[in-house]
Amino acid sequence: MKVIVCVKQVPDTSGKVAVNPDGTLNRASMETITNPDDMNAVEAALKLKDETGCKVIVVTMGPPPAEGMLRELLAMGADEGYLISGREFGGSDTYATSQIVAAGVNKIGVEKGDIVMCGRQAIDGDTAQVGPQIAEKLHLPQVTYAADIQKDGDDITVKRMLEDGYMTIKVKTPCLLTCIKELNEPRYMSVGGIFEAYSKPVTVLDYEALKDDPLIDATTIGLKGSPTNILVSFTPPQKGAGMMLEGADMATCEKLAGILAGKHII
Amino acid sequence: MDFHLSKEQQMLRKMYRDFAENEVKPLAQEIDEEERFPMETVEKMGKLGMMGIYFPKEYGGAGGDVLSYAMCVEELAKVCGTTAVIVSAHTSLCCAPIFEFGTEEQKKKYLPDLCSGKKIGAFGLTEPGAGTDAQGQQTTAVLEGDHYVLNGSKCFITNGNVADTFVIIAVTGKTTDKRGRPMKEISAFIVEKDFPGFSQGKHEKKMGIRGSSTCDLIFEDCIVPKENLLGKIGQGFKIAMMTLDGGRIGIAAQALGLGEGAVLEAIKYTKERVQFGRRISQFQNTQFQLADMHTRMQAAQFLVYSAACKKQLHEDYSMDAAMAKLFAAEAASDVTRRAVQLFGGYGYTREYPVERMMRDAKITEIYEGTSEVQRMVISSHLGVK
Repeated sequence: MKVIVCVKQVPDTSGKVAVNPDGTLNRASMETITNPDDMNAVEAALKLKDETGCKVIVVTMGPPPAEGMLRELLAMGADEGYLISGREFGGSDTYATSQIVAAGVNKIGVEKGDIVMCGRQAIDGDTAQVGPQIAEKLHLPQVTYAADIQKDGDDITVKRMLEDGYMTIKVKTPCLLTCIKELNEPRYMSVGGIFEAYSKPVTVLDYEALKDDPLIDATTIGLKGSPTNILVSFTPPQKGAGMMLEGADMATCEKLAGILAGKHII
Repeated sequence: MDFHLSKEQQMLRKMYRDFAENEVKPLAQEIDEEERFPMETVEKMGKLGMMGIYFPKEYGGAGGDVLSYAMCVEELAKVCGTTAVIVSAHTSLCCAPIFEFGTEEQKKKYLPDLCSGKKIGAFGLTEPGAGTDAQGQQTTAVLEGDHYVLNGSKCFITNGNVADTFVIIAVTGKTTDKRGRPMKEISAFIVEKDFPGFSQGKHEKKMGIRGSSTCDLIFEDCIVPKENLLGKIGQGFKIAMMTLDGGRIGIAAQALGLGEGAVLEAIKYTKERVQFGRRISQFQNTQFQLADMHTRMQAAQFLVYSAACKKQLHEDYSMDAAMAKLFAAEAASDVTRRAVQLFGGYGYTREYPVERMMRDAKITEIYEGTSEVQRMVISSHLGVK
């Protein structure tokens, strides 16, 4: 059994967000991090490794510096990394990206008992489309928004978080899960893990390595294979800090009503 | 000379920083106020390999190097001097002498639990009458059959109340120096807290590093198995001095982190604080102060890293460690004091961390050899007698 985790390197939006004059994100001037939801997917995979001894493989598509991110995930405890990287893949939207990543996962091989995990969505695009599209292209059953994962033999029971409640779904492996932050608290890299990270294997999958996969075609990858066009991107206006009142008593309610009345909301 | 960190060291810096920001900084004020030892942090650090960074994996260590250890203490000290000294005393003063002087059995027995943080280590050299003058030891160890009997007491022992494993220096007899003058024969022992006749004294109330445990150790007919002699009989003074050489790198790194932390806090504050209609960072006095403060800490960093690299390469680093500790400790005291001054009245309150950093920094000029001792070590290496 193995867990393949698809991850993305994204700009760190907790700092200053830089936007180019044409409205696109200025990625070069921003620090990069591993997409937060993807970290939850990595942690879920590592927890399964702790419990079952399974292998954890991390895979990303990105420019060569994304290898640094893979090394950090190896330092957390992942066993192997795959970097899908090539000029032909540049400019891909979610459709093209999922074609390429699915081909990469195919190259690694999904067998009985395996799980593919993704974060719910990336903080730079916020589409939540890539994980589900990979599942469709790999013909795997998928469960999105996983907030709890329990493995029992070949079955996995997933608590799927929705806005107004949750579903409990039982799914057979192999399958694909997308993970949310409520699932777990990602672990730190360990000191020992860091000293091992550079001796663990990282394989680069370029266009040549993937071109024979039926998913890879000039019309389905890169900018040309991307049906999405971004009209404009912008930094959302900053919200105020907000105010939290604690308590369930009459005095708190009256205070709340007073504040709302003072702002002419009620 | 290569001043660049390896890829692993750069990754370690990031990991230490994340850990310090998320796990250590939020507790720093509380453990200082309450004089509480942060046991929960030690457990977390143990699991992450931070309690045995530069020891080989076969003994439960992380398989790292001395600079990676110094960087860990530095990053912790940027946000909490207490947490930094816990790691430093444990690693340099207990794990290191067991690793460097212990038998294979001793290393296998003690290091895995120490390196994983399951057990905490401490070192007992200082006595009421033997501080800078380490030869003034009064604690004795007498061989009786298959064990030594220890009597006496130690004071100001860092991690004293919480440690499980101690490296203890005691007098085992009389000998003569090279010129035939009588002197004490000093030896080192590994003592467990559960050995009969061993007890820990009261917690010292300190000016700084208040969350760290500092206490007396008392030996009343304390039974120590013969196999717990560390190194050879009569080798104790050498073990103590070599242990302190290594310890100085840890304390120098602690001082370095405290000073750097204060500079970061001062930069942040002076860019926010407005007086006379301008941010105080716009005043040249602030700019010059911060430039000097940063320059001093940068110089300290070079000395500390250089000493750590020399130790890693098994070169003679005794003078380097002394210079690093002397310079970093005095720089930290100066820089943290200046940071408080830049904060003005707010800096004197416990609302901001710089007053704590100033109190924490002072001890780095005192423990593991005062600044005066460092000057003695450096001048003796220069042959100035």
